Amino acid sequence: MSTSANAARQEAPRGGPLSGAGPRRLGLAVLAAAAVAAPFVAPGLQSQMAVLWVMVVLALTWDVVGGQMGYNSFGNIVFFGAGMYASAVVQRALSLNAQETTTAGAGGAEALLAPIQYLGGLGLGLACAALVAVLVALPLGASILRLRGHYFAICTLGLGVAAGEIASAWDWLGAGSGLVTPLFPEALGNRNRFFCFYFLALAGACFAVLKLLYRRRFGLLINAIRDDEDKAEAMGLPTIRAKVVAWSVAAFFLALAGGAYGNFIGFIDPLDIAFSGATFGVWMILMAIMGGRGTLWGPILGAMVFHVTQELFWTFLLGWHRVAMGLLIVVIVTFLPDGILGWVRERRGGAALAEGRRA
Amino acid sequence: MQLLLDGLLVGAIFALAAYGMALVWGVMNIINVAQGELVILGGFLTWWLTTLGIHPLFGIPLAGAVLFAFGWLLYRTVVHRLVDRDLFVSLLATFGLSILLQQLMNQVFGADIRNANAGLGSTYLLGDGVVLANIKLVAFAVALAAAAGLLLVLRRSRAGRAIRATSQNARAARLMGVRTDRVYALAFALNAAVCGIAGALVAMVWVVHPFIGITYTVRSFVIVVVAGLGNIAPVVISGAALGDAENITGFLLGAEFQTAFVFLLLVVILLLRSYLLSRRRQVLR
Amino acid sequence: MNALLEVDRVSKSFGGVAANREISLSVPAGAVHGLIGPNGSGKTTLFNSIVGHHPLDAGSVAFDGTRIERMTVPRIARLGLLRTFQQTRVYGAMSCVENMQVSAPHRTAHGGVLLRRVPAAVTERAEGLLEFVGLAALRHHRAGSLSFGQQKLLEFAMALMFRPKMLLLDEPTAGINPTLINGMIDRLVRANAELGVTLLVIEHNMRVVMNLATHIYCLAHGRLLAAGTPEEVRNDPRVVEAYLGGE
Ligand SMILES: Nc1ncnc2c1ncn2[C@@H]1O[C@H](COP(=O)(O)OP(=O)(O)O)[C@@H](O)[C@H]1O
Ligand SMILES: [Mg+2]
Repeated sequence: MSTSANAARQEAPRGGPLSGAGPRRLGLAVLAAAAVAAPFVAPGLQSQMAVLWVMVVLALTWDVVGGQMGYNSFGNIVFFGAGMYASAVVQRALSLNAQETTTAGAGGAEALLAPIQYLGGLGLGLACAALVAVLVALPLGASILRLRGHYFAICTLGLGVAAGEIASAWDWLGAGSGLVTPLFPEALGNRNRFFCFYFLALAGACFAVLKLLYRRRFGLLINAIRDDEDKAEAMGLPTIRAKVVAWSVAAFFLALAGGAYGNFIGFIDPLDIAFSGATFGVWMILMAIMGGRGTLWGPILGAMVFHVTQELFWTFLLGWHRVAMGLLIVVIVTFLPDGILGWVRERRGGAALAEGRRA
Repeated sequence: MQLLLDGLLVGAIFALAAYGMALVWGVMNIINVAQGELVILGGFLTWWLTTLGIHPLFGIPLAGAVLFAFGWLLYRTVVHRLVDRDLFVSLLATFGLSILLQQLMNQVFGADIRNANAGLGSTYLLGDGVVLANIKLVAFAVALAAAAGLLLVLRRSRAGRAIRATSQNARAARLMGVRTDRVYALAFALNAAVCGIAGALVAMVWVVHPFIGITYTVRSFVIVVVAGLGNIAPVVISGAALGDAENITGFLLGAEFQTAFVFLLLVVILLLRSYLLSRRRQVLR
Repeated sequence: MNALLEVDRVSKSFGGVAANREISLSVPAGAVHGLIGPNGSGKTTLFNSIVGHHPLDAGSVAFDGTRIERMTVPRIARLGLLRTFQQTRVYGAMSCVENMQVSAPHRTAHGGVLLRRVPAAVTERAEGLLEFVGLAALRHHRAGSLSFGQQKLLEFAMALMFRPKMLLLDEPTAGINPTLINGMIDRLVRANAELGVTLLVIEHNMRVVMNLATHIYCLAHGRLLAAGTPEEVRNDPRVVEAYLGGE
């Protein structure tokens, strides 16, 4: 805890489970190395790992608004699904185009793309996904983030379901039968490994960006909003702007996750994959809570614990596993609302808490 | 005309569930996200009766009674831990409950769309221009009667007075010897009971399915937001208005957009209210 | 326009309770004025009316030459008119320094400023002001873990951090350890003299307000009962009666 007092004064980064700059950096490096090596060590689990990193992104982004800012959103899944659709639409348009120009008459949308075409399409699709999500998030956030409490929560819940319903009714998006994303070219190697690394990189980028942002003015502002928004308004803080930025940052990363997730799965179902409020939509909240809301490491820890639990349920309970998931939500929320990290902190006592935030 | 009349009659069912939600919200400051699942559960019970060869109208008292007990049980096991907790906890826990219930129903009753046909025939009005399923009339009457019954319980009985006292000021009620814990249990059980009745009607008038509960939750919420927590008349009127609005959009845009409309309506109404309040220097909270 | 704050016949009632009835007052720039009155006489409501907490039934408010009676709380605050709360409000889960840092003004801010670091100068000022109110030793403690009196001090420091033109203080000495009250008065005087902040102070303690304010308004039952120098107000029989009758 005795880092240079001066540095501690310059900025007071939020404490993670690991304290002290040296060991912490080492720990981070080891973790990162393990994450990169894992797909090679256990190739059978690659697709599991890919999903895990998606979960980490979901939990981290939910926590920006739900944890650090205290706005309980039940509708962040909107941006995941919107990104997925935006990317798929762009990729499909491009791949049709590519087939016409290169392999004249090679039959149907299912034809294989050259790796470069596929990557180009994916890149452009993801860029569009992020753009669309942020463009939607800005006006949407500026209006619905003026609601508070129950009203905000239910409004976002409605938004999430509405998006799913619209997607499953809208012919242009394939309506109920969804969309198929372009086939992954063999030449790029194993699809699971490819997306495993993509999602790992995305989770890493998300973590790094949030870590940076939380130490800036932005972090202080959204924490102030969480603690007492009326006070923040009375103090003239730019609350709306901070809220919209938080919401848009979450939307940005969610869209990048969703856009690739559609490609990873290979096809998009409006209700079960894109706007899956009853699975990803609520899991992201649950993961953040499980680990500890309003901390940087909590959502990551939560995502890992949750993913493993989820898989165990799936393996041992089969058809009943979704029932068990519902039960798990109820149990976690009622008995462990502060999460693992919150519980650990409580154990360490109040004085340590003040200390932990400093170091 | 047909659409308006249908909407009006169906709207009474929405209003019933909404009134239950308002009761729990007002007394316990909890928004029950699992409201819709309670409705659907009532519907499945009624459908289950018909598979035994019993007339679905008997499903109304059955659903009411079973759901009353179930509501009490839910309160004793889960909901009592949510009273006086962070709003986030109560919202998410009831959301979890909603997922739990819908998955349970999915396992027990299957994922098929079910209907409990009461076989009451139809009435033709205006020279056959308007077809009115008799069951809708029955449903309308039952919904109003159930709402009125609930109102009577709240107004007249000792338990009802205890509920109202608790909703005004729980601490004062406690000091006056009201056992607020029992009051909460009763309020939640009553809510579940009216949801069950609403569900029985839904099963007869329309269909039930494990995963459509959320639409009833949102409808209830919309109605309560528009009508407020207090009186029953505005609740019924907004319920009818919602039923009409849904039918009309379903007709104009196609039935596949009808559900989306309900949810978008929710968002629009909240934003509108928030905008109107902000002009009065206030926030919708 | 030589008054910084000009309140003109402001009325506000809640249901049947007329909390403010046609209250007018004016505070010139650089002054320290006091607002007294028995409990429930409408002092806090008047503050709320001024800073935009609720819509007014009637009347107007001007601050620094701008009409503000229809503006919202954050806009009024950004004009440089801040208030503190009778029941203190701080950001409970954040440390004292963070409470101070976040309160630094961003009147020039674009979205990008949110993404910048907290400048060293801001942190320095935050520490300086914490020292000024005597909380330097607690600067890394959670604000929510401070005592009520310490939170009052922190709230005052946070308000100063914003460099407001004017500060409305709601009972700044209530709940403070009596031995520290003189220190608080001294800080108010210094904030006014050294930082040039105009003050309007609600104060229950007659002795305190007599020493502090150059001009005093007295409310009773939502009406402005008397106004004048401390001498005049103290000797006003209506004020004496209101206080004796009210408590
Ligand atoms: N938000 C409110 N709703 C209803 N009544 C209020 C509200 N705020 C204040 N009042 C009433 O207005 C009167 C004045 O209260 P207040 O301004 O707090 O007095 P003071 O600060 O002088 O003690 C009291 O009777 C109080 O009950
Ligand atoms: Mg007061």
